[in-house]
Amino acid sequence: MVSLLDVINVGLFAAALRMATPIAFAALGGIFSERVGIINIGLEGIMLTSAFTGVTVSYYTGNPWLGVLAAIAVGGLLGFFHAVLTVKFAGDQIISGTGINIFAMGFTAYMSQIIWGSRGASENVTGIKVVTIPLLRQVPVLGAILGKHSPLVYIMLAVTVISYIILFKTPLGLRIRAVGEHPTAAETAGIDVYRIKYLCVTLSGMLTGLGGSFLSLGHLNLFAFGMTGGRGFIAMAAMIFGKWTPFGAFGASLLFGFADALQMRLQAMGLLPSQIILTIPYLLTVAVLAGVVGRARPPSDYKPYVKE
Amino acid sequence: MTKKSDTASSADAGAGGKFLVLSPGLSMIGTQLVAILMAFIVGAIILKMTGYSPLEAYGAMLRGAFGDVYGIGQTFTQATPIIFTALAFLFAFKSGLFNIGAEGQFLVGALAAALVGISFNGLPAFLHVPLALLAGALAGGLWGFIPALLKTKFGAHEVITTMMLSYVALYLTGYMVNYPFKAPGWVAQTVPIAPSAELPRILPPTQLSASIFVAGLLTIGIQYVLRKTAFGFEIRATGLNPNAAQNAGIDVDRRLILALVVSGAIAGLGGSGEILGVHRRFIEAFSPGYGWDGLAVALVGGNNPYGALLAAVLFGALRSGGMVMTRATGVPLDIIFLLRALVILFVAAPTLIRSLLRRGGLRW
Repeated sequence: MVSLLDVINVGLFAAALRMATPIAFAALGGIFSERVGIINIGLEGIMLTSAFTGVTVSYYTGNPWLGVLAAIAVGGLLGFFHAVLTVKFAGDQIISGTGINIFAMGFTAYMSQIIWGSRGASENVTGIKVVTIPLLRQVPVLGAILGKHSPLVYIMLAVTVISYIILFKTPLGLRIRAVGEHPTAAETAGIDVYRIKYLCVTLSGMLTGLGGSFLSLGHLNLFAFGMTGGRGFIAMAAMIFGKWTPFGAFGASLLFGFADALQMRLQAMGLLPSQIILTIPYLLTVAVLAGVVGRARPPSDYKPYVKE
Repeated sequence: MTKKSDTASSADAGAGGKFLVLSPGLSMIGTQLVAILMAFIVGAIILKMTGYSPLEAYGAMLRGAFGDVYGIGQTFTQATPIIFTALAFLFAFKSGLFNIGAEGQFLVGALAAALVGISFNGLPAFLHVPLALLAGALAGGLWGFIPALLKTKFGAHEVITTMMLSYVALYLTGYMVNYPFKAPGWVAQTVPIAPSAELPRILPPTQLSASIFVAGLLTIGIQYVLRKTAFGFEIRATGLNPNAAQNAGIDVDRRLILALVVSGAIAGLGGSGEILGVHRRFIEAFSPGYGWDGLAVALVGGNNPYGALLAAVLFGALRSGGMVMTRATGVPLDIIFLLRALVILFVAAPTLIRSLLRRGGLRW
């Protein structure tokens, strides 16, 4: 008989933080986008395209960090594209985002076949090496959970704090929030609404791209078809659960990361059919959206802003 | 989707003869056609950049899809499920809901139909087929009811919940055919359905089945319900302005729930048709993305059932012609999924298309 302690131990919490990382990056991206009044359903597709880009660049250059940079750039590009469609051309935000998601599926599968001759998965590439934080690693329990991770995990923690500071402690953050809450008033106060929107939606793509690069270069060291597995949507749930704040979204991402880690561990133990276990993160996401969130108030009405 | 095209054209009508002025309906069709054309142009650029000849690829696609009777039959075979998923998306969209989970509703409907198909023996076909279709519609409807309830009772956004439930449907149906209902052998599938549950094939050797008649009738039915019945009016009123609808005495939440249940049922019916007419058993994850095709088709079809019917044939042709193209030229089949996405992206921004046309000297 397997005891509970075999499942729930410090290793599980370390894995939870690891699996929370791509979700948290995308959730932070989602926050920047929604704070300026643009829903970014395309997080999933941006993450997938960036995961692919990261692996491709690492495959050709042997340098995974160049892959991460390329993933950020491509994420930013897709974010910018979403902004052009929805801000400049006042296109429907949901349709544009869905288009990005479907584009990502087709593009990555097509290019995988061109590059590796296989739709399923790429070859193994050089990934990002795990680092150990010397002093922290020695601390009991905490060291086992926090002390040894991919650098991208620590970058995620830093980005969470920085996002909070930008959004709530700087004049830029005040402008960002004003643009989402009341664009007309913001424009009257001399804020260039379109510029802030472009900036934040592009940033949203860049952050999500970082999350994608973690999936492919910080976790598996390869690209697999559909490897994001709905994490972009889960990130949106994390953003809502976290009430559109960086720390809230980070906490929610930890919860989803925990479900993901638990799911993997249960699968490895083979107690239940894998198909049943695989539904856990998705059911949790639905439950969280339905139950805990209740009537979460979004930071904007997401209407396209048309200059007078 | 905001249809600014309806209002934009009249203001410039008198400004001088050099601009082509079109009626709103024609303008809409024109915008959609340009969106499709743009998608194919960008697709050609991608083909060229990855070392293929766009002309050869598109040529092979066209020949494969319409070159002979077999090709045409396969085009309509592929179009059939897409008509269902497009109508499913469209019906929910009319009420203002964005159901991106048709793929999951399609799968649970298909499984339910398959289970009814294998569970009864000795039923006459005129009972067995409708029973299996009904089971599929009910299962799909249930899969639409869950997110509808979560939306109206708890405010959970349907875009996320329908997507999540699609994953759940994929894994749950996978579980069912890997464990309780697995046929002997190594493939994750059920045993074949009873012959009495089969929808007849109407153009052998193609797989075109009588499911296409169901799709056609449903298209007419949906158009009728939306345009001619009080229920359809209330659905549209809810979608256009929920607050005004509520003030006018329409129970908006109820209409939203019904719209998503009907939407799911339509997708489930489509899945059932695939099982009873084409595959004759449930195979794990057998849908190659018909749910996503449906979304694109509904948008390209201007959210009109007949428009969707036409666009579904185009997307069916992409699939059937795409397979021929892959065999003949070696171009990966995924190019057609790229084209699908490009069409959606161009349709997403009608003002983008209009500004492109304006640069070409046409006032839209």
